[in-house]
Amino acid sequence: MSRISRILPNWLGIYAVAFMLFLYAPVVLLPLFAFNSSTIIAFPLTGYTTEWFTVLWETEALHSAVRNSLFVGITTAVLSTLLGACAARAMARYRFPVKRGIVGLVMLPLVLPEIIVGVALLVVLVQLGVPLSLWTVIGGHVLICIPFAIAILNSAFASLDQSLEEASFDLGESRWGTFRRIILPLVMPGVISSLLITFTISLDEFIIAFFLTGTDVTLPVYIWSQLRFPAKLPSIMALGTIMLALSVLLLITAEWFRRRAARRQGLDVQAPGGFVG
Amino acid sequence: MRLDAEGRRGLTLISPTLIYALVMLAAPLAMVVTFSFWTQNYLDIDTTFTLDNYHEAWTQPIYQTLMARSLIISVVVTVVTVLLAFPVAYYISFRVTRRKTLWLFLVTIPFWTSYLLRVFLWKVILGYNGVLNSALMGMGFIDEPLTFLLYNANAVVLTLAHAWAPFAILPIFVALEKIDRSLLEAAEDLGDGPWRRFRRVTLPLAMPGVIAATLIVLIPTVGDFITPRLVGGTDGLMIANMIQIQVGRANNAPLGAALAISSMVVVGTLSVLIFLVGRRFGGRTR
Repeated sequence: MSRISRILPNWLGIYAVAFMLFLYAPVVLLPLFAFNSSTIIAFPLTGYTTEWFTVLWETEALHSAVRNSLFVGITTAVLSTLLGACAARAMARYRFPVKRGIVGLVMLPLVLPEIIVGVALLVVLVQLGVPLSLWTVIGGHVLICIPFAIAILNSAFASLDQSLEEASFDLGESRWGTFRRIILPLVMPGVISSLLITFTISLDEFIIAFFLTGTDVTLPVYIWSQLRFPAKLPSIMALGTIMLALSVLLLITAEWFRRRAARRQGLDVQAPGGFVG
Repeated sequence: MRLDAEGRRGLTLISPTLIYALVMLAAPLAMVVTFSFWTQNYLDIDTTFTLDNYHEAWTQPIYQTLMARSLIISVVVTVVTVLLAFPVAYYISFRVTRRKTLWLFLVTIPFWTSYLLRVFLWKVILGYNGVLNSALMGMGFIDEPLTFLLYNANAVVLTLAHAWAPFAILPIFVALEKIDRSLLEAAEDLGDGPWRRFRRVTLPLAMPGVIAATLIVLIPTVGDFITPRLVGGTDGLMIANMIQIQVGRANNAPLGAALAISSMVVVGTLSVLIFLVGRRFGGRTR
């Protein structure tokens, strides 16, 4: 190795760590100011308090927003995972006409700006006279969550050994029985991972919810409406802290399930899966 | 085309998802295109075919300014994000030997936290009485708050570059991982120094990832309206803000549709150009 490449790793390492600090800088501030007693979000910190969390507990409008978001998130997770599973299984197992075109259309929301999706759905709904409600938000969320569900489930279905299926048929199982007793248990961790990820996306999604929400608002839309009031900021920081903790918890759980799925199918656990691959 | 049993089964299985995408995506997009050729008549829509909306979208100075600014900001954001992300992806792929997954996991976590809150946090950081100013003043580096931090195009670039970093790192990382390490040894054995080796072997082979990262960042940033609204001030507003206003308060959905289609066409054209140029650059070694 030449001299340059011996010096290079250190610099690269330092840069990578510095970049991670930049990446985490805003996120770290959330808990810092959520527990800070000052009403102004600025240094120096003035003292420890849990007052802002108490404020959250007492805000009724927030509670209904949380309930709405949970309803939207759970429904979205179930529907998009179901639809994603159909597509992922079809993509992994079968060859069929215009496969690339169909897959392209289904995966399109991944690259489409969310404002386009939001505006398009809004225009149609208004034209058809459909009142905006939590269900219209769910409709939009399912659309953008399907590609993520497919990406996660595709790797689960693709690594499925087809001979297991054939063995099951040979032993007299029906198609449904094979699915229930062989395929489903093998891809179950992938399914759970998909449910958790799509739920997290829906929980945090703002743009589509902003366009399609009616009088019942979701959590991010509620937060948006509160950002205008400086006095509300500390409690928003507290709320953000809770959401951050919840998201990270869900992600770690999802990752754990994904690794278990990989291990169960005898794959390299270290291999990046899902949307990374 | 003849449809065999396998093809039928595959189509049947994917049909629920396909129908959903057709009804909820393809049809609404077609509707937006149609809408852009209609006009708003106060409360109802005039459905005579017209190019007026496009004429307005392309000739009115305000839309021209917003469109140009959106494009410039998005391109700058993309370049900055990809340049900042490349060394990180390179580090994870080439230097990290164990715990690669942990690094990747750490890179993706911030992406999963609320986008709205992340943008808002930058506003809190960069504000007049914000975190950065108060910290700098507390440490005695500055006497009065810096005002150039927030409410301009730079703040938009910084915030977006931060928000989209994971999306740039991951595709570049995947491309770097695919590079056959023996090619690098071969280049070295044939007398290439580290820089030449990087420029002639690593970079061209990483190009598909760089192109993917560029497009993944470029396309959605044009359509972002939260970041300009929260940290951009009046000089940082982008075309998406105008689309949102037209569809919402201004109640002129057809013009909003024409603006949306126009910006998508512009970004789409740019994307195709980038893709073609990138493929040529990446293909030179083959």
